Amino acid sequence: MSDLGFDPTLKKKKKSKKPAEDSASASPAPSTDAGVEDMFAGLKKKKKSSSKKLADDLLDSASKSPSVEDLSDSLGDLTLKKKKKKSKTTVDTTDFEAQLEEAGVEDISTNGEEAEEEKEIVSGLSYQTLLSRFFDLLKVNNPELAGDRSGPKFRIPPPLCQRDGSKKTIFANVQEIATVLQRNPEHLIQFLFAELGTSGSIDGEKRLVLKGKFQPKQMESVLRRYILEYVTCKTCKSMNTELKRESANRLHFLSCKACGSTRSVSSIKTGFQAQIGRRRRTE
Amino acid sequence: MSTIQNLTSFDPFADTGDSEAQPTNYIHIRIQQRNGRKTLTTVQGVPNEYDLKKILKVLKKDFACNGNIVKDDELGEVIQLQGDQRVKVSEFLTTQLQLPKKNIKIHGF
Repeated sequence: MSDLGFDPTLKKKKKSKKPAEDSASASPAPSTDAGVEDMFAGLKKKKKSSSKKLADDLLDSASKSPSVEDLSDSLGDLTLKKKKKKSKTTVDTTDFEAQLEEAGVEDISTNGEEAEEEKEIVSGLSYQTLLSRFFDLLKVNNPELAGDRSGPKFRIPPPLCQRDGSKKTIFANVQEIATVLQRNPEHLIQFLFAELGTSGSIDGEKRLVLKGKFQPKQMESVLRRYILEYVTCKTCKSMNTELKRESANRLHFLSCKACGSTRSVSSIKTGFQAQIGRRRRTE
Repeated sequence: MSTIQNLTSFDPFADTGDSEAQPTNYIHIRIQQRNGRKTLTTVQGVPNEYDLKKILKVLKKDFACNGNIVKDDELGEVIQLQGDQRVKVSEFLTTQLQLPKKNIKIHGF
């Protein structure tokens, strides 16, 4: 089939010259071609054609009389590849099946499918369908490569803030957010304290009680900053990372589980804290 | 061989003299909550070549707020301003003093 698809003129010539040899050379081709096709079933069209080209070249070399005309033919085919293929393949498949029937019963079942698939591809060869097909397969097999980041793993729940009296805020789902971010809750809480310039404690239900009034929106921006600084990988933007503390140099390192890169992160510093409220008595 | 000799002429790991990586030259602008709706802005790490007193005088007039300079043992002199002046302060530092924006870090919510 591949032979025919690419070199119709060459094929004709061969037929007229030595039909016996031609059939012999063509019959082994489909089995190898099908094997290659199986391998690349989930991949793009382009690869398939290249593999076919290889097989084609092999056949060409196998045929005995390589002349200048043949060369020019193959060169011409390079430009006209697609058109000729479209027009020819429908005829070829029937031709093929007949040959396959001769070859053996087992091959028919598998190769018949392949032929059908091939027909389908040829008929709907538009870029859109191919692209959607490629992405469908990619999503099924490995969704991470398809840019599917909205998985349940990396969806961060919105912070829940309740007021506790008039001066305190309860941050209810710190624990949950910390587990989603794969961080130690202590680390996250430390960052929140440093960034908000407050102090607080964890109550019985593992909720965080912060001193001061904070809106969920404000907490969100702080969390975003935390994620940017301590969670996302700067190289691949993945959030599937791990924070490790190296005991040798007492530095925190962020290692990405997706791409394997490592970078050091600065430790959390509270910085200057202004004296608020009643001043200390002068000694 | 010539390529290897080429390599020896330039050491990529040599100290270039850039102190970009130094964390000390960051200017931190923080906010703290006080009683009620009141807040306090602190500016930490303004380079020594600037006269903090003069900066404070301008800031107080521009933002119409009070403020003062606090001396800290570890962090040096810190400007304190009443109210949430974080965005205004960073704008002032970048436009009037020509400080690079990447050196300014705004903290808080």
